[in-house]
Amino acid sequence: MMDTTLKVEDLHKKFGAVEVLKGVSLEARTGDVIAMIGSSGSGKSTLLRCINLLETPNSGRVYVNGELIRMKPLHDGTAKPEDMKQVERIRSKLAMVFQSFNLWTHRTILENVIEAPIHVLGLPRKEAIERAEILLAKVGIAEKRNFYPNHLSGGQQQRAAIARALAMEPSVLLFDEPTSALDPELVGEVLQVMRKLAEEGRTMLVVTHEMGFARDVASEIVFLHKGQIEEKGPPREVIGSPKSERLKQFLSATRH
Amino acid sequence: MDESLALFIEIVPTLLAAVPVTLILTFLSAIIGNTLALPVAVGSLSPHFYLRYPSLFYIFVMRGTPLLAQTYLIYYGLGEFFPGTWVQKSFLWPYLRDGFWYAIFAFSLNTAGYTGEILRGAIMAVPKGEIEAARAFGFSSALIFWRVTLPRAIQICLPTMTGETILLLKATSLASLITVWEVMGTARQIQKVTFRVYEPLIAAGILYILMVFVLTRLMMIVERRINRHRLAPA
Repeated sequence: MMDTTLKVEDLHKKFGAVEVLKGVSLEARTGDVIAMIGSSGSGKSTLLRCINLLETPNSGRVYVNGELIRMKPLHDGTAKPEDMKQVERIRSKLAMVFQSFNLWTHRTILENVIEAPIHVLGLPRKEAIERAEILLAKVGIAEKRNFYPNHLSGGQQQRAAIARALAMEPSVLLFDEPTSALDPELVGEVLQVMRKLAEEGRTMLVVTHEMGFARDVASEIVFLHKGQIEEKGPPREVIGSPKSERLKQFLSATRH
Repeated sequence: MDESLALFIEIVPTLLAAVPVTLILTFLSAIIGNTLALPVAVGSLSPHFYLRYPSLFYIFVMRGTPLLAQTYLIYYGLGEFFPGTWVQKSFLWPYLRDGFWYAIFAFSLNTAGYTGEILRGAIMAVPKGEIEAARAFGFSSALIFWRVTLPRAIQICLPTMTGETILLLKATSLASLITVWEVMGTARQIQKVTFRVYEPLIAAGILYILMVFVLTRLMMIVERRINRHRLAPA
């Protein structure tokens, strides 16, 4: 158990009668970049959303920095958090980057980045702005700080969303298909920022369809199929010599 | 024609003197009503039936009955209730004798119903992703409401609320029926004194148009400011 940042044990999630996750376990040590791949409906986004409780898992355990998120089973087979304050505190350590950016459109880029540090972490405004300016420069949109999200391209918006996530100084960064809503020519600039973050040793969980990114950047690839982890391991093994028939099919379907 | 013009010039100052009454009726009712609309809207979206049903019922009644009936009910109903009670001796009595405050009360309650419904729709129209992002960053439900849902909802329904305020401004003319001498009431008094039907009405109409024009301009500035994220970058 050496510096495990994130640990997921036997996670189950049902939507009505459909079981989307059928007992998934996962572990990320500090600095790991885990790429989760799989066809749509395999449960990879749901898994990510169960970790920060945007979806409530029916059963299973999630530990962040060794702390268990306490859940209370309900009579109907679902569960709910025992203590919302704990959930909110843990969420603030798990910053998420969404497929459709989800920037707050009524706030400027700078305001988006300082919002959660000020109101959730209690950071003084001045410090939050200093932090935000450094991060906006890092993702390459410092000059757009006073623009509103709608005035930016998709790639710029997603980079702003990454800066917003980084401003929380999170233990784990969760990426939910961060390039899937982008025009093809804008994918590169976002992946480049993510690559830089991986090189800095940040712990990242990335749901992605970008096989090149998974191959080059991930320390581990997890292949989900029908709500279960079908195969996982270092990229060269998983992509280089897939064992399961399903992964072989998936890889040949995504290879262009 | 000359006679009409002379009358016009004669009555305009009297009508102008009543403009503040109309404006205060409008703005006070709008401020109180729109503030009350917030709990109405939030209540109508509550998962708890004991909050939701009363709110929805309130909206239903306020939108389903004529404003004039509501005003009469409050003026004559409440007005009959207070005399002879402790209220008559209290410091509130000077206010409660005056139709003005009953008008404010009636218009505020009515506005709360209408705007409550508008705000309810606007809150539902706030993009789910923006709320989800706030949740994912550890915002509490209250923080999400004040920092994301409400400001976004107000942006969404502001043009409709402007329209409502204009309707309210014209609806304040109903106050003349409960002895409040705002523009319309004053025009009717002038009619009675001068035995002229059209001139006072036309003069009042012109004043209403001017007030609506100024109000529309003001709200346009506010809308510009609040919805600046939709405009081209500066």
